[in-house]
Amino acid sequence: MNPKRIASYFDRLQREGRTGFIGYITAGDPSPDLTPSLVAAMVRGGVDLIELGVPFSDPIADGPVIQRGAARALSAGTTVAKVLGIAAKIREQSEVPLLLFTYLNPVLRYGLDALARDAAAHGIDGGLLTDVSVEEAGPYTAAMHNHGLDTVFLAAPTSTPRRLSLTAQYSSGFIYLVSRAGVTGERRTLSSNVEPLVHAMRERTSLPLAVGFGISTPDQVRETASLADAVVVGSAFERAIEDSLTAGADPAAALEARARALAAGLPSKKR
Amino acid sequence: MLTSQPDSLGHFGPYGGRFVPEVLMAPLEEIEQAYNEARTDPAFQSELHSLLADYAGRPTPLYHARRLSESLGGARIYLKREDLLHTGAHKINNCLGQALLARRMGKRRIIAETGAGQHGVATATVCALFGFDCVVYMGEEDMRRQRLNVFRMRLLGAKVVAVSTGSRTLKDAISEAMRDWVTNISTTHYLLGSALGAHPYPLMVRDFHRVIGEEARRQILEKEDRLPGSIFACVGGGSNAIGIFHPFIADEQVQLIGVEAGGRGPAEGEHAARFSGGSPGVLHGAYSYLLQNSDGQVLLTHSVSAGLDYALVGPEHAWLNDQHRAEYVPIGDDEALQAALTLARTEGIIPALESAHAVAEALRRAPSAKDQIFVVNLSGRGDKDTDIYRERLPEIDEPETHR
Ligand SMILES: Cc1ncc(COP(=O)(O)O)c(C=O)c1O
Repeated sequence: MNPKRIASYFDRLQREGRTGFIGYITAGDPSPDLTPSLVAAMVRGGVDLIELGVPFSDPIADGPVIQRGAARALSAGTTVAKVLGIAAKIREQSEVPLLLFTYLNPVLRYGLDALARDAAAHGIDGGLLTDVSVEEAGPYTAAMHNHGLDTVFLAAPTSTPRRLSLTAQYSSGFIYLVSRAGVTGERRTLSSNVEPLVHAMRERTSLPLAVGFGISTPDQVRETASLADAVVVGSAFERAIEDSLTAGADPAAALEARARALAAGLPSKKR
Repeated sequence: MLTSQPDSLGHFGPYGGRFVPEVLMAPLEEIEQAYNEARTDPAFQSELHSLLADYAGRPTPLYHARRLSESLGGARIYLKREDLLHTGAHKINNCLGQALLARRMGKRRIIAETGAGQHGVATATVCALFGFDCVVYMGEEDMRRQRLNVFRMRLLGAKVVAVSTGSRTLKDAISEAMRDWVTNISTTHYLLGSALGAHPYPLMVRDFHRVIGEEARRQILEKEDRLPGSIFACVGGGSNAIGIFHPFIADEQVQLIGVEAGGRGPAEGEHAARFSGGSPGVLHGAYSYLLQNSDGQVLLTHSVSAGLDYALVGPEHAWLNDQHRAEYVPIGDDEALQAALTLARTEGIIPALESAHAVAEALRRAPSAKDQIFVVNLSGRGDKDTDIYRERLPEIDEPETHR
């Protein structure tokens, strides 16, 4: 019933001395029917944990690329219920860990407990709500944990020591470290703030640490992988979808190629 | 006795709170701390007081609108003249307060959102006064309908950034301002313009506008020796309304009436009446009544008045509504326009379209409220709306002598 895919995933990485590769995709972009095959393509290209984004009308933490992806998904009729259906389809073919990634309001509207129950039943392993601070997280984490789901929280370079400890306390599965203060989107250079953040968090938790925000080249993947247990890439995948739509090309092929190119930056063996 | 103060995390009952990405939590804590120090610092308060008096023009008059009252044959109607403030609306109260706070925190770059442009103009004004850099985000649709204010901001040295996402109105301007803020937090203060957003904004913005109600209370007692029966204010995010309501909350005999934008009618997307058409949800950092669809996506809104055209209401209003301490009603576009015309013709005062919504509700209730006192918060003046008045009241614009 409760396979704890996220924990066993990080255990496996540890055993094999590998760094994880986490990929974000907005479910329903460009249409709900396509998402399972796009996720399969990302997995073929080397992504080993999927952040499945539920599109929201007002994505304040996202830059233009993911904003446009969410807008495409919403105009294609994507709903929370449809995203759960997408998750079930992915789960029919794959054991890749799935993290539901969204903003609070669609989840609140669906109902915290109903969402946790249905997410678990559809093969989702955990959630990350970008606009839920730990202070406001009580009812959400209770519902999720009640149904055996992990709750991942963000820590940022701006987080105070007190907040880092709270983030560690509320998180399960792993912790997502935001490498820079800003919205999602590709960046030319990596932030120098992330290394102190990783060290500060390591002092507080034994949970795995993923690092993301702005990573879009194999070199950036390599650099980040040396610090983190997993590297997160989001906008670069959304960009691949968008570019292939513009060019009339196959988004699945584009995603697989993008994943493969970025995965080349991962060290084959660590430590 | 009901008072209205949030808990330490900014909750008014279940509403309010802090629903923002982690990156913004530390900056919010920094503002909260700075504000808590400032509010009890006599030097801060006295500087704010001087600016409000000598620069903004406080106290504003509480004016007995005799001809209007007589024409309706009922309540004695008083107007709280926030429209006479420097920059033409109540918004300057909050801008002066937050500018002083920004200086105290060592931030020299200010960003803001604006709908009608009044908050943008007030922000650009205080930035000129304090020598701050100023960037104002404004929806393209609002830039079109409030052109005059766009130019006023530029004249004052602000950069106005057009927002072309979503409905291209206030909601999208706030999203874009928040994105700027997360990217530039070390240098930048977000001067939010209504009693919205994450804690401490709803509390802080309310406190900076409380002066409206404090003055009105003193003035009505001087003039009438009793409290008003009803107070009317329009509610966009809810800053002018909470400012005038708050000092009267414990006076249970005083009815507090908030007026939302009824737009073109009750159909989805045609109005911004959160209390009649919405349900609790989270947008831009706060939990409150929200216009949303069954899947939790935020609905588009409509109002002839850009300042009321927003999907979420300030959280303290949500709480006052649930406590039955304040009542919230919608007034449609046409009725607001007619109320503006009535006020112009009986009193020689052209109100902002936002304020005209509050006037309209008072006009509805006055005839059957004999011997009662009404206070209407006239939150802004109508100059910015001249184009819309011309467009929507074409019969006035046609020369009558033309045959
Ligand atoms: C004159 C005037 N009144 C009212 C409002 C609505 O805002 P609030 O509800 O915060 O007072 C605005 C906003 O732009 C305004 O310009």
